[in-house]
Amino acid sequence: MRKKRLLQRIIYFSIFLLFASLVTTAQNKIVTGKITDAKDGSPLQGVSVVPKGSTKGTTTGADGTYRISVGNNAAVLIFSSVGFLSQEVPITGDNLSLSLVASNSSLNEVVVIGYGTTRKKDLTGSISVISEKDFQKGVITTPDQMIAGKVAGVSVISNGGAPGAGSTIRIRGGSSLNASNDPLYVIDGVPLSGSSIAGAANPMSMINSDDIESFTVLKDASATAIYGSRASNGVIIITTKKGKSGGLRINFNTVNSLSTIAKKVSVLNGPQMRSVVNADGGAKKIALLGDANTDWQSQIFHPAFGTTNDISISGGIPHVPYRLSIGYQDQNGILKTDDLKKTSVSLALNPTFFDNHLKVDLNVKGSFENTRFANQGAIGAAIGFDPTQPVYSTRKSKRFGGYFEWVDTSGNLLSNIPYNPLGLLYENKNVSNPYRSIGNIQLDYNFPFFPELHVKVNAGYDISTGKGTTFIPDSAASNYNVATPAHGGSNNQYKSTTQNTVLEYYLNYVKDIKSIKSKIDAVIGYSYNNYLTTNYEYANYSATRFKINDGDSTAPFDKPENTIISFFGRAAYSYDDRFYLTGTIRDDGSSRFGPYGLGTTIGTINKGNKWGIFPSGAFKWKISQEQFLKGNNIISDLGLRVGYGITGQQDGIGDYAYLPSYALATSTAAYQFGNLFIQGYRPGGYDAGLTWEQTATANLGLDFGILNNRITGSIDLYDKKTSRLLESIPEPAGTNFSAFILSNVGNMENKGIEFNTNVQAVRSRDINWDFNFNIAYNKNNITNLTVIPDDPTYQGFPSGQITGTGAQGFAFLNAVGYSKNTFNLYQQIYDSKTGLPIEGLFNDVNRDGIINSSDAVKDKRADPNLFLGFSTNVSYKRWSAGFVLRASFNNYVYDQFLATDGSLSNIIGGSVISNVSTSYLTTKFQGNTTTQFLSNYFLQNASFLKMDNFNIGYDFGKVIKNIGSLRATFNIQNVFVITKYTGIDPEVSSGIDNNNYPRPRIFSLGLNLNLL
Amino acid sequence: MRAFKIIIFLVFVGATISGCLKKLDLSPTNNLTPVQLYSTPAGYQQAMAKVYSAWALTGNQGGAGQADLPTQIIADEGNSDFYRDFWYLQCLTTDEAGWNYHSSTDPLLIHEMQWDANNEVVGGLYYRSFFQITLCNDFIKQSSDANLSSRGIGGASADTIRQYRAEARFIRAYQYWVLMDLYGNPPFVDENTVIGSTLPKQIKRADLFNYVTSELKAINSDLVPPKQNQYGRADQAAAWALLSRVYLNAQVYTGTPQYDSAVAYCNKVIGVGYTLHPKFSELMLADNNLNTDEFIFTIPYDGTHTQTYGGTTVLVNGPAGVPHTVSGGAQTGSWNCIRITQQFVGLFDTAHDSRGQFWTTGQTLDMTQLLDAPTDGFSSFKFRNVTRTGAEDPDTDPTTTFSSIDLPLFRLAETYLIYAESVLRGASTGSQTQALNYFNALRVRAYGDSSGVVSSITLQDILNERGRELMWEGFRRTDLVRFSQFTTSDYLWAWKGGVANGTAVSSNLNLFPIPAFDISANHNLIQNSGY
Repeated sequence: MRKKRLLQRIIYFSIFLLFASLVTTAQNKIVTGKITDAKDGSPLQGVSVVPKGSTKGTTTGADGTYRISVGNNAAVLIFSSVGFLSQEVPITGDNLSLSLVASNSSLNEVVVIGYGTTRKKDLTGSISVISEKDFQKGVITTPDQMIAGKVAGVSVISNGGAPGAGSTIRIRGGSSLNASNDPLYVIDGVPLSGSSIAGAANPMSMINSDDIESFTVLKDASATAIYGSRASNGVIIITTKKGKSGGLRINFNTVNSLSTIAKKVSVLNGPQMRSVVNADGGAKKIALLGDANTDWQSQIFHPAFGTTNDISISGGIPHVPYRLSIGYQDQNGILKTDDLKKTSVSLALNPTFFDNHLKVDLNVKGSFENTRFANQGAIGAAIGFDPTQPVYSTRKSKRFGGYFEWVDTSGNLLSNIPYNPLGLLYENKNVSNPYRSIGNIQLDYNFPFFPELHVKVNAGYDISTGKGTTFIPDSAASNYNVATPAHGGSNNQYKSTTQNTVLEYYLNYVKDIKSIKSKIDAVIGYSYNNYLTTNYEYANYSATRFKINDGDSTAPFDKPENTIISFFGRAAYSYDDRFYLTGTIRDDGSSRFGPYGLGTTIGTINKGNKWGIFPSGAFKWKISQEQFLKGNNIISDLGLRVGYGITGQQDGIGDYAYLPSYALATSTAAYQFGNLFIQGYRPGGYDAGLTWEQTATANLGLDFGILNNRITGSIDLYDKKTSRLLESIPEPAGTNFSAFILSNVGNMENKGIEFNTNVQAVRSRDINWDFNFNIAYNKNNITNLTVIPDDPTYQGFPSGQITGTGAQGFAFLNAVGYSKNTFNLYQQIYDSKTGLPIEGLFNDVNRDGIINSSDAVKDKRADPNLFLGFSTNVSYKRWSAGFVLRASFNNYVYDQFLATDGSLSNIIGGSVISNVSTSYLTTKFQGNTTTQFLSNYFLQNASFLKMDNFNIGYDFGKVIKNIGSLRATFNIQNVFVITKYTGIDPEVSSGIDNNNYPRPRIFSLGLNLNLL
Repeated sequence: MRAFKIIIFLVFVGATISGCLKKLDLSPTNNLTPVQLYSTPAGYQQAMAKVYSAWALTGNQGGAGQADLPTQIIADEGNSDFYRDFWYLQCLTTDEAGWNYHSSTDPLLIHEMQWDANNEVVGGLYYRSFFQITLCNDFIKQSSDANLSSRGIGGASADTIRQYRAEARFIRAYQYWVLMDLYGNPPFVDENTVIGSTLPKQIKRADLFNYVTSELKAINSDLVPPKQNQYGRADQAAAWALLSRVYLNAQVYTGTPQYDSAVAYCNKVIGVGYTLHPKFSELMLADNNLNTDEFIFTIPYDGTHTQTYGGTTVLVNGPAGVPHTVSGGAQTGSWNCIRITQQFVGLFDTAHDSRGQFWTTGQTLDMTQLLDAPTDGFSSFKFRNVTRTGAEDPDTDPTTTFSSIDLPLFRLAETYLIYAESVLRGASTGSQTQALNYFNALRVRAYGDSSGVVSSITLQDILNERGRELMWEGFRRTDLVRFSQFTTSDYLWAWKGGVANGTAVSSNLNLFPIPAFDISANHNLIQNSGY
């Protein structure tokens, strides 16, 4: 129904566009001409030609010619094209031909910053812009993947290989220990909440990557502080494509792909299993051995097809540039039964009114997904399932879907057993239909009588509904009900909605005072953000809709909500294009904090903790504008930046974590008073003094351009000091209702250096070669933990919980003087002859004769301290090729699979046989100790070099009677990995490898057709 | 006109801003604030229900879900139950039981006596006890007379709430007894401790003894008289029974014996008129809430309304090899976790004594192997989730996993044995004859006739009798400590100290360590020696 209505609207809208384009104003005079490239005189296609003061224009055709009718008053034509310097030329006759000069400099590019735009050369903060030509190519199911490896100091790690899986993004290492380290996303002026959408693989996946024009990454505090309490981890501003003035353009883009599994986990095969069990398994386990040789991982994974198709139309009917796009993506996962289907529609209208005094920017994006989520439990099950058993049962019974399952002699399911991996996949249908729409309208009104002042209003929304069902048939082994088979299985629904709203007013004053060579650009404004989620609660049912009494929720829904109200301002002043000064301030009020103040330190004023002030300042000296460098043939651009600012962080905190509150127990958690069962109210743990996490960042940067900006780049040094770190820490027993509470506990520092350069190595008529290289070093250090102030015996608090067979413990210890996520493990002792680890034998560090937690050694860490990114593009005539390389150093990974599934006990210790890592064949671990899993034997250097992407393109040039141009590309993603790490993928953002969904290798073929 | 436009705009902006500022004060949709909850007598009752259910349940959802303790303390919610963890530390540490598995959800190194301050079970019981103490403190503070009158609650409602308050103090005293017995010197908090503010001071074991006994005496007049309260709630007799148990162990806790006081409180309990339930085999059944003849106070579990993976559920499903048809447990069969050492089975005259209820089919007597050997060692069907008629528990859930067997924290048999032991240890107030009579009363019930009657008893006889009578009811470690047999070589059992034939271990193991989490969180705490 909804799709049908949408289709109708699209049709209506298209008719409207057609109609509107017919009603053109009466023509006055015609200007024609031909535009060429100043370099070689070749015709330039697609150059925009617009009379100054109008939005109605045209573009040049394939032969570089144009024809435009302009009003009698029109005096000047503006010629512009991406990659060339714009020219404004007076209309002196009816023929106007000229050549455009390539703009080797991107310094005049307009960059979107918080609450405004600026020219790249005027930037005072550390900001990176990634635009379409730099995006990662190929199959993109979630937009954040498009900037992986492209920005110095920004690490993008996909969270696994499932279609649409999100990414872990860390800008400059992340400023927080345990609260969120995710950056703030702002899409076309709408700040997104970090919350997930039920039934969507990740909320970002619901944005069509084909609609995105650019990412602006704000890295240092002087750039981000205008976003105040949400800015500590950086801000990523996403700008979507807009319509451009000129004629109708149609772009069609299609990518078809095949995803394959890159590497499987190495486990015992059938013969190896039989040999191990026959030797050491004992009679009962030997009797369980089967005759099959099943590679369970091959059974659950398959090559997966995907297709992405986008069509967009754009242009400018009088005063109304528009862009409308429709995208459809169908991506299968390499895990069988995984499938993501997404339809997205995006509309951008940018009309102007009142003689250009009112500019309207309207964006509406909507997407629907139709997803089947594979049961990812099947991955672990496939790794651990006995390879000597067949896939299908030899029994005649259709029970358990016909799959082999562990049963007793009378065919009844055994207890405490693993289930058939294929059964877990096919006997589980989790389908969802989430919907998301983000939209806003931005008004920019310029008073005719006060041209320096713009009044801006931004009203936007971000709404979503995620709902789905999980169906497991009653014959499925995983949910089998032995007592009453008809009550087995599962038939449950889930649903949640989000309704986020944003309302902002701001005034922008821009004044160019030529007499004193000064420019002023000031913004003052107010922002209201409300994030409201509704989580619906449903009872659980069996497959046959028998209601399962397992404690229905006490309420039909819950509506967590939070609000941020802000007042902000920015003043930028520049003198003589040499000196730039910017100051920002933001006063944020958050509903997440209480009216009880901690004190009067910076960031709090006498309104308790609800309000925080976040200031910043930055200065830039454009050295290349000084006389001694002007006209220099080598150094074409040189600028020095200094910035300092304080930002906050409040994500990852519950909406009501400062409030005492009592939650009602369900009917299955009641207590008997006489003949009545009373449902109790439980108080939740809280920290009344909870407040913002706060980061003070100092940044020193140098921007340079060499050889007419053929080589550009920047170097940044930064020092980020986070105080009042949020971490979930053990409360002193008896002092709170929860044993662990999220509290403000300490200080941490990130120091680093980033270098980024873009080089146009070769520029000629036939050959062009560009490359980008970036490198970032980050050092993280916990400087204080105030859990117990100044207690030298305080060891720190553990994190990185590990559970598995014989294992319960923590891999990390967060301690003063060490970086976060520093491993804290026992030092393995090895047999000097064989070089093999001796099970259960560790270095008794304190020589007290016992191995206990005081013998664990803090060494190595999960986070890399050095990142490299390299991407390059070469084009020769119509061919082009490129690749993206990414490297990460000194990141270590604890291979939990080896640690907890690599011993004889893992094979035969359960009620049936289970598979383990082939490492067992070497180590011969028996699995009888409970400390072995915390051995540093399982810690490996996971430094790596990855080729993320390799692509080849061919430009067919003009097609379809010269109105279209066609381009074809071939891509390989996840091309290769060079690493010493022995697991399937060294890139594990948590540092603890649990064998997640493997990232696939993807081969794709794309076609792009442009119609002008 | 220009000025007018600007004013209109500014008024519009100002109006929306002032309206929005209210949105900074938000509160949860479904949860109640303390003021809301404690405004009505029904609210007090529901708060009290949670205070009680904290020792029957692991969370707010029943089964597993909305756990009380965070996963950092106990990863598997089912293991965070009060009685389950108490049982692990009181029974699994001894000859009464050995655990078969060693996966992350299991009590690791407990039977081997190789625990340390990071052990999950050691932390689990500690934090469970403190969770309940913290709930008690909150209730006691909220139910002060001043709060009741300021909230307009008076008359019969206020009387009931004052009873609740006394019961909350009883529960708190019980949990402090647990901490005193197992951990010795815990931190001390009461209703004056402000949430989230202070580092509690550590209390010495002897001081805690004084606190527990004085609290139990102080609440006597506010508690409901014996047998008068609603089922599931504590009365005066429960406090007396706890006092008698605490005084029996006074030598261990304080270094000074107080057997006279133990006898005095045994007499008060016995004076109420409790009698031994005629059939021992009916003590631990799904309808054992009927056993009010012998039971003084129970934790009530219910397969429908009070679902937990701890409590008696684990004692129904955990014993190795016992089929559903016998245990009334899960249809998928035994969890195959628990077996009994051969030394403990050896305490029983299995041919005549009805109390062991050992499951021997498919099991061997000797626990030759501890781990991954579910058939090594007898198991038991003492806890059966069926009614006296043998019918399936009418309140069980569809998977028949959850037990409805109530767990008596105090029953008359223990009082008899406390009396007898106190007299033998030199109490001046009791009589030797009465001690022997009580002792034999238990044996007559156990044997079904007088064939088990003895004419004289020694202290070792009492320890053995306690083992037989109170098997798996959470006493064994405390008893072995009192008899100096827990860590010493005087008594060895299979896999004591991690050795097949058993070995003596360091005497510091008589106390458990204070969990490492709390040592790190509270620098007032000094770790128990040897850890």
